[in-house]
Amino acid sequence: MPDDLNIPADVPAVEMQDVEVRLQGRVVLQDVNLRIEQGSFWALLGPNGAGKTTLLRVIVGLIRPTRGTVRVFGREPWNLGPWRRAIGYVPQFHNVDVRFPVRVKEVVMMGRYGVLGLFRRPGPEDWRLVYEALERVGVAHLADRPLRTLSGGERQRVFLARALVTQPRLLLLDEPTAAVDVAASQSLYELLRQLHQEGMTVVMVSHDVGVVAQFVDSVACLNRRLVAHGRPEAVLTGDTLEEMYGCEAVFFHHMPGATPHLVVRPDDEERAS
Amino acid sequence: MNWWEYAFMQRALLGGVMVGVITAVIGVFVVLRGMSFMGTGIAHASFGGVALGLLIGVDPVLAALAFCLAVAWGIGAVTRRGALKEDTAIGIFFAATMALGALLMGLRQGYNVDLFAYLFGSVLAISTGDLYWILGVGALALLTVYLLYKEFVFIAFDPEAARVAGLPEPALYYLLLTLVAVTVVVALKVVGIVLVSALLVTPAAAAYRLSETVAGMMAWAVALSVTSVVVGLLLAYGLNTASGATIVLTATAFFGLALWFGHKE
Repeated sequence: MPDDLNIPADVPAVEMQDVEVRLQGRVVLQDVNLRIEQGSFWALLGPNGAGKTTLLRVIVGLIRPTRGTVRVFGREPWNLGPWRRAIGYVPQFHNVDVRFPVRVKEVVMMGRYGVLGLFRRPGPEDWRLVYEALERVGVAHLADRPLRTLSGGERQRVFLARALVTQPRLLLLDEPTAAVDVAASQSLYELLRQLHQEGMTVVMVSHDVGVVAQFVDSVACLNRRLVAHGRPEAVLTGDTLEEMYGCEAVFFHHMPGATPHLVVRPDDEERAS
Repeated sequence: MNWWEYAFMQRALLGGVMVGVITAVIGVFVVLRGMSFMGTGIAHASFGGVALGLLIGVDPVLAALAFCLAVAWGIGAVTRRGALKEDTAIGIFFAATMALGALLMGLRQGYNVDLFAYLFGSVLAISTGDLYWILGVGALALLTVYLLYKEFVFIAFDPEAARVAGLPEPALYYLLLTLVAVTVVVALKVVGIVLVSALLVTPAAAAYRLSETVAGMMAWAVALSVTSVVVGLLLAYGLNTASGATIVLTATAFFGLALWFGHKE
């Protein structure tokens, strides 16, 4: 990975201490202590309204905590200076109008606008990086297509390319597979695993307890507070899941290598979905 | 005498075309960012300003500008702080400024002919001074869009990602609101308060269905807007109908065609 940012290797990618976030008077996150080392692959799990998206938004600097400290590569996330481009962010898919009149390569180029600065137009080097990012996620052939003509899976790869175009060190994804079918989800997870193996720190928010566990090396379970965090097999126990989902949940490992399943009591399915 | 020999028709066409270009360009961002109702709210806010100006003898256009800016920034601030939903904030500001305008007009003695002209436009009464004002302010607005084109596209598409990428998204958003307010005031004389939001929204909405890029959408919006203004003015002249209303209905007819022939569902 080309690196002219000189980020020290020993500083954690993310460090949170006693973080509390209130949004319109409501406590959304409380007592969150989390340390994400560089080069790790994390999944952030939890039910709807658990504060997963908020936690991600705190890390990328969109929300300032009401209490506690957050550091990204040792700096305040809203004060990263040139290290801002070390963060790649893929927001939830429904944040954008998918019929917006824009071509795929232009969406990816937007990722470079912060690096380019105000008033300046993209040059040949920027376009080279755009095609490189599209290549990396396997959708270079779609570069000239209007965004609205893409499938959910293709679109998610385009947004991933937009996040990768600044060659980040920390990649954060908010429910990357929410609008994607099962096969495309699997190959997206594979792609994230490859990026992780190349040294990138990856943090993704997910609902998908079972599938995620086979790809990531660490899991954080969130329900306003951090219920548990650590290696998936240690964290994803019945107790944790019950605390997280507030209902009786059992976590099945059918056999080694198989996809584990989360089973929730039927009348609580609504809350756990 | 033919219509093009009348100086008032020449001024009307020139002013109308300039306003058509400005509203179309800014309208593209209004439609893409989903701020159509915001445009309507800001336009109606100018009513309070015009009424105040007429009452105390200040240029109604300047008073309207002050009102539009205050309301645009007010709605923006209230919404961004999450205190209210945007449409609720607009509904409140919109009604309050209209009520204030009506109240102020009641205090004024005599006829309110001028106010009617501001409500529904008086393109045939555009003066040479108005033309310079439209040209100056319009050029400034278009220059701003030219310089910050890529930034405005990004914040219209995905404001959150724009902030994470390091763009000064809040400042750009308020600048966009400012441009909408300025555009509304510039367009006031031509189509009037009630119809200005149509010029801001309708050509851009038609263009949305006809193009694959923002630049293409802008070209379509400008073409449809200018054509609507010219065709609408000539129809109004020929049929002896209200000019502002005829322009807006012409633009609406184009929107109908775009809906029919456009590529999107």
